[in-house]
Amino acid sequence: MDRRKFLSSATSATGLAYFGDFERAFAQGTGPIKIGLLTPLTGVVAAGGKEIVEGFNLYWQQVGKKIGNREVQVLVEDDGSNPDVSLQKARKLTEQDKVHFLVGDLLANTGLAVAEYAKTSGIPYFIPVIAADDLTQRKRIPNVIRVAGYSASQMPRPLADYVFKKKGYRKVITISQDYTFGHEQCGGFCQVFTELGGSILAQHWNPLNTQDFSPYLAQIQSAKPDAVFAMETGADATRLIQQWNNFGLKAKIPMLGAQNATDQSVIRTLGAEAEGIISSAHFAEGNDNPATKKFVAEYETAFKHLPSIYGFSHYSCAAWLAAAIKTINGNVEDRPKFLDAVRKTVLTNSPLGRPVRLDDYGNPIYDVYIRNVVKRSDGHYWNVPIETYPGVSQFWTYKPEEYMKQPPYSRSFQGIKKS
Amino acid sequence: MNLSLHPLRAVIALALLCLVPVLLPGYQTTLATLTLIYTLLAMSVDILAGYAGRTPLCHGALFGVATYVVMYFVTTATGNPWLGALLGIAAAGVVALIFALLAVRTTGVYFLLLTLALGMIIWGVCQRWTSVTGGENGLRGTVRPEWLADPARFFYFVLAITALATFAMWRFVNSPFGLSLKGIRESESRMRSLGYNSAQHLIIAFVFSGLMAGLSGALYAWFNGFVSPSSVALAQSVKGLLIAIIGGIGTLFGSALGAIIIVLLENVVSSFTQRWSMVLGLLFVLAMIFTPEGLLGKLRQLTGRRRAAA
Amino acid sequence: MPFVLFQILNGLTFAALLFLVASGFTLIFGLMRIVNLAHGAMYLMGGYTAYAAATWSGSFLLGLAAGAVAVAILGLAEQALLRFVHGAELRQVLLTLGLALMMNDAALVIFGGDTFTVPLPAMLQGPLEMFGMAYPRYRLFVLLVGVVVLVLLWLLMNRTRLGALIRAGVDDPETIEAMGINIRRIFIITFMLGMALAGIAGALGGAFLSLYPTADSEILVFSLAVVIIGGRGSLGGAAVGSVAVSMLSTFGQVWFPELAYFVIFGPMALLLAFRPLGLFGRAT
Repeated sequence: MDRRKFLSSATSATGLAYFGDFERAFAQGTGPIKIGLLTPLTGVVAAGGKEIVEGFNLYWQQVGKKIGNREVQVLVEDDGSNPDVSLQKARKLTEQDKVHFLVGDLLANTGLAVAEYAKTSGIPYFIPVIAADDLTQRKRIPNVIRVAGYSASQMPRPLADYVFKKKGYRKVITISQDYTFGHEQCGGFCQVFTELGGSILAQHWNPLNTQDFSPYLAQIQSAKPDAVFAMETGADATRLIQQWNNFGLKAKIPMLGAQNATDQSVIRTLGAEAEGIISSAHFAEGNDNPATKKFVAEYETAFKHLPSIYGFSHYSCAAWLAAAIKTINGNVEDRPKFLDAVRKTVLTNSPLGRPVRLDDYGNPIYDVYIRNVVKRSDGHYWNVPIETYPGVSQFWTYKPEEYMKQPPYSRSFQGIKKS
Repeated sequence: MNLSLHPLRAVIALALLCLVPVLLPGYQTTLATLTLIYTLLAMSVDILAGYAGRTPLCHGALFGVATYVVMYFVTTATGNPWLGALLGIAAAGVVALIFALLAVRTTGVYFLLLTLALGMIIWGVCQRWTSVTGGENGLRGTVRPEWLADPARFFYFVLAITALATFAMWRFVNSPFGLSLKGIRESESRMRSLGYNSAQHLIIAFVFSGLMAGLSGALYAWFNGFVSPSSVALAQSVKGLLIAIIGGIGTLFGSALGAIIIVLLENVVSSFTQRWSMVLGLLFVLAMIFTPEGLLGKLRQLTGRRRAAA
Repeated sequence: MPFVLFQILNGLTFAALLFLVASGFTLIFGLMRIVNLAHGAMYLMGGYTAYAAATWSGSFLLGLAAGAVAVAILGLAEQALLRFVHGAELRQVLLTLGLALMMNDAALVIFGGDTFTVPLPAMLQGPLEMFGMAYPRYRLFVLLVGVVVLVLLWLLMNRTRLGALIRAGVDDPETIEAMGINIRRIFIITFMLGMALAGIAGALGGAFLSLYPTADSEILVFSLAVVIIGGRGSLGGAAVGSVAVSMLSTFGQVWFPELAYFVIFGPMALLLAFRPLGLFGRAT
C-alpha cells in the first residue's frame, strides 16, 4: 500500500475516531435514516435543482417517509451551483448533521468536488445526475455509485447509430458547451458515428452561458451538414433552439439533441421551435409504458409540470436506495454491507417499467429510446420514443478493459476515427 | 503612535482561540479554521481600503491565484507542499504588482471598477485555460503536509500563521511607512508636496496586501484540497470586502469579527432557509446605511477612543 | 452573404441592446455619480415583469410598458435608500451591490429558476431573407429600437431644457443648485429614466437572449465595460462603447474563444489605466 493510500485511510480512520463514529460505525441504529441531499437551489441551474428535491421527496412521501420501522429524514442543502459551496455543504452534512449518506448534485464540477470528499471521508455518495464518465470508469471510487444515473457518453451512442443507419446522415457538425459533460457526450456520438463511416465536418465549443449563438450559426449554415448534434443544457439549450429557429435554420438542417437539450426543463417554456428534435435517453416522459404513465401523472398532479430528467432520476434513486436498504433491514450504519446491497439490488419498480441493474463498475445498464419532441393534446411538448436500443451500458459494444485504454474524452480527443 | 492593541488583550484572545478544538471539536473546528483564513483575506483588503484609502474588488482573484498555484504545483507537478505554498504566495504578489502598476493612477470608484475588471480577467483565465487549471472542474487532491492532516492540529497551525501575519500587518500599518500611507489617504496632494512618492507607496502597499491575500489563499488550498473558478470569482472579492466592512474598515482586527459573523451566519442561515443571498445583500445594505465604520469602528467610537478618521 | 457581414450585423444588434442598458447606467453615473451595480438586476426584473405581463395579456407592447414601469418604481425605492448615503460614493456603490444581491434572490423566489423568453408578436418572429441569407427579424427590430432611442435621447439632452439641466448637472452640480434649480427633482427624473431604459432593455433582451437567474450579473459586466470605455455621463460614449464591446465580444467568440472575457476586459483595463475617464468622459 503506497504512502498516499495509507495516509488517506489513516486520515479517515483518525477522522472517524475523532468524530466519535468509530464505535457506531458497525452498530445497527434505530434512529432515523438521515439522507443528505445536495442540490443547486440558487444559481444558473436553480430550476433543475428544485426538481431534484421534488422527485426525491415525492418517492419518500409516497411510502410514508419510512423504510421498515425507521423513519427517513432528508436534509436538503443548496450547493449554489458552485463546487466550493458544494464541498462545504458536504462536509457540514457529513460532519455536523451526521447523515448516513449523500445524494445529489447537478453540475459536474460540484459532483466531482464532493466525490473527492467522499473518497477521503468514506461517506457513501450516490449520483443520479452527475454523469462524468470517469467516476465509474478509470477513476472510479468504491463508495461513489451512480444509482439511477448514467454516464455522459452512454446516451448519444445509440443516436449516432440510429441516424447513420436509419436516417442516412453522413456529415454531422457538433455544437456543444465547452466542458467535460459536453466533451464526453460529443465524444460518445462522434466515435460511433465515425466508426460506422460517417464524418464530423466541424465541432463548435461554446463557453457556458453563451448568450449569442449567431457566430456559430453562421458557420454551420455555410458548411451545410446533413444534421447538427447539439449538446446544450439549461438556458444555453433554450437560446440555441430559439436562435436556430429565428435564423431560419430549423427548416433547413435537422437538429439532433443530447438528452439535456430536449429535457422538460428546457422545452416546457418553449413552443413549436422544439418540435421534431430527435434525441436519445433512457427516459421519455411521453412513453406509453404503464409505469411511466403512472409516474408522469402523479408527478404532474403534485407539481403541475411534466417531470424532467432531474425529477425522474432522483425519484428512481430513492426507490432504488429504499429497495437496497430493505434487503439489509435498514442497517445503513454498516457501510460495506450497505454499499454491497446497493450494488446488487435490481430496480424493478421504477418509472421506466423495466428492471434496471448496475454493471460491474457502478453504472446502470438501460434500454435507450430514440425520442422525438412532439406536441401533446393539451399543447405541451414532450419526448416520445420512436425506437428502442435494449441493454446499452456505459461501454456500448466495446470491451470495458479495452475501452478504458483509450484516453478519456476531452476537447482534443473525441474518438474520431479517420477514414 | 496610535497602537490600539493592548498586549494583554492579544494574549487573552490567543489563549481563548487555543481552546477552540477542545470546546468545539470536529466540524466546528474546521469552521473556525475557515474563519481564520477569511480573516486573513479581509485584513489584506483592509490594508488597501482602510489604510491606503483605495477600496479594491480584486482580492478574491489574488487569493485564488495562490490557491491555484499550490494545487497545481502539488497535484499536477507533484511538488512539495511547502514549496507550493511559497510559490503561491509569490504568484499572488506578482499579480498584485501588475495590478498595482495599472491601478496606481486611479482612485475611488474608478479604482474599484478597474480592480474589478482585473479580477475578472484572472477569473476568465482560470475558467478557460483548461489544460492547466482544469477549467470548470478545477483541481483536486490532498495538498496538506501529512503531519497536519488532523483537523485540530491544522487549526493550531493556521492560528499560528494568522497570528504572525496579523502581527506583521499591524506593524506595517503602524510603521512610519504606514503612517505616510494614511497621510496619502487623507490628502495625496499634500503628501506629494512634502516630497512623498505616493505612487511608490501605493504600489508597495498593494503588493504587501497581495502577499497577505496570497497567504490566505495558500492556506485555503491546504484546507480545502480543491480549487475551481469560483474561488477567484468576483463573489470571493465581495465576500472579503464585506467581512472587512462589517468588522470595520481601517481597524484591521475588525476583520476577525466580520469573519466570525459571516461564516457563522452562512452556516446557520442555510439550515433554515435558502435565502442566504438575500440575507447577505440585506447585511450589505444595512451596513452601508447604519454602520459604515463597521462593528469594531462603532465600538471604538462608543468607547470614546480616538480612531483615525475614515 | 459573406460571413463577416453576418457577424457585423450580430455585433450591431447586440450593441443596440447594450446601448439601451448602458445609456441608463451612464446617465445615472454621470449625473449622480452613482455606479449603480443593481442596474443588471433591474434589467432582469424588467424582463421578468415584461414576460409575465406579455404572456398574461398576449400583448408584447404591454409587456414592454409593464417592464419599464415596474423597474421605474423599483428605481424610486432604490433612490430613496441611496439618500441615506448621499455624498459617500463608495458607500453608495456598495449599497447598490447589496441591493443587487437581494433583487436577484427575490427574482428567483418570485419567478423561479426556469429560463423564460418574452413572447414576440408574429410579425417579429422568424427570419428576413436578405442578400441570400436569412437574418432574424427580431434582431433587426432591436437594432431599430436602439437607433431610435439614441436619437430620442440625443434630442432630449440637446434640445430640451431638462436635457440642458442634466448636462450641466453632469459637469457642475454645485452651480446648478446655486442657480436655484431643484436638482433633486432632476436627479429623480434622471434615475427613473435610467431605470425605465433598463426595464425596456430587459424586455427586449428577454426575447432573444432569454431570462434566467444569472442574466443580471452578465449584462451588468457588459454595461460596466461599455460605460468605462465610453466615459461617464456621455451618450455618445455609451453608443461608441456599446459597439466596441459588442464587436469585441462577437468576433472574439469566434476567433479567440479561449480568451473569452479577456478580449473585453483587457482593453477596458488598459483604457482605465491610461485614460481613467474613458473615451468621452470629462473630469469634474
